[in-house]
Amino acid sequence: MNSSSDNIADIARRVDAVEAAAMGQGLVRPGHLQQFTHKVEDEWTPAVGAAIVAHAWSNPAFKARLMKNGIAAAAELGATMPPHHRHLVVLENGENLHNLICCTLCSCTAYTVIGMPPDWYKDLEYRARVVRESRTVLREMGMALPESMEIRVWDTTADTRYMVLPYRPPHTAGWSEKQLAALVSKESMIGTARLEPPYLQPAHEQAKGA
Amino acid sequence: MDGIHDLGGKQGFGPVNFVVSKEIYHQPWQLKANALSAALVAAGLFNMDEYRHAIERMEPRHYLNASYYERVLTACASLCVEKGVTSAAELEKLAGGGFPLARPSVPGRHGRKDVADFAVGERVRVRNEFVPGHIRMPGYIRGKTGVVVQMSPPFPFPDAAGHAMGEEMEPTFDVRFDTAELWPESSDKATVTVAVFRSYLEKAA
Repeated sequence: MNSSSDNIADIARRVDAVEAAAMGQGLVRPGHLQQFTHKVEDEWTPAVGAAIVAHAWSNPAFKARLMKNGIAAAAELGATMPPHHRHLVVLENGENLHNLICCTLCSCTAYTVIGMPPDWYKDLEYRARVVRESRTVLREMGMALPESMEIRVWDTTADTRYMVLPYRPPHTAGWSEKQLAALVSKESMIGTARLEPPYLQPAHEQAKGA
Repeated sequence: MDGIHDLGGKQGFGPVNFVVSKEIYHQPWQLKANALSAALVAAGLFNMDEYRHAIERMEPRHYLNASYYERVLTACASLCVEKGVTSAAELEKLAGGGFPLARPSVPGRHGRKDVADFAVGERVRVRNEFVPGHIRMPGYIRGKTGVVVQMSPPFPFPDAAGHAMGEEMEPTFDVRFDTAELWPESSDKATVTVAVFRSYLEKAA
């Protein structure tokens, strides 16, 4: 952008201009927007990843397969990944181990499994700071990790995709997979949230506090 | 390229605007821009590395000021012009005003044929290279030493694929660096694991 960049067209009109040009060449088919909207809203949701996490917590054999070959194990539960995502690596959190994912160069994520990346994940602040100041950034985001918690940051610079397998809260022993899945958030699969106390209080404790 | 997109470790940015929301798009044009990029990749007009490189080639002031989906749109528009789908003049006419595009590309490069795979646990150094075209090595690991923690299946080498020079399949290695190695006495204690293409690496002495 320099002094010759005055009078820039409205962004919505710029989008329509490119779409019209691409459609004129047959590169974009009518109906593509509806199909994409369906995928984003109904298929590529964090519920896909939450079901994978809940199943891994409940079934050690599945967890072993998931840790070995993420894409194949995810496919057992009907999850798919786009052709350029050729590898899914699952990062298991422990009581004293915390994994966190980012993409400093753009905003890559395993979006078909954990859902589309949030605004803050794509923002310059997260991309610039999280590799260098992970503990500080997490604390600012509301999660103060003790010094005893090891932090491992993963920068998605190739087409290997990562997802965090959150640490299972101890108070969830005996829960059904459906109950467990309801606990698992997109943030917990990125690594900006943990699901056990004191980071997240059990629902009945939350109700008492409310 | 040492572009403005290479943000890892840059200082001066403030707190992350952490909002937990189910809403993905806030304006209809954002969804349309994202759908357009997906459709053009699916149609084979460009690959993911060309797409990423088109974003990287945005004029730096434009890059920093543009929202995420404006960057998506600018990449799509620039590649449509560069690949002859339309012209800059036609886009400006259709849009009814100025349409800033990415700056031109320079030639890419091929991967190295003289590098063997690295073993898990091996210490490796990121080559001290300065590449004017597309590259997926964040600047903060250049010349730094880390340990291979795992190997990934081969992917198209970005420095070639980003310039439509073909799909040269090359393995990547997840290399773990200590933040104390990356930013001595100027970082939080942690490790950063980066997926690094084989051609970017050499054995550490």
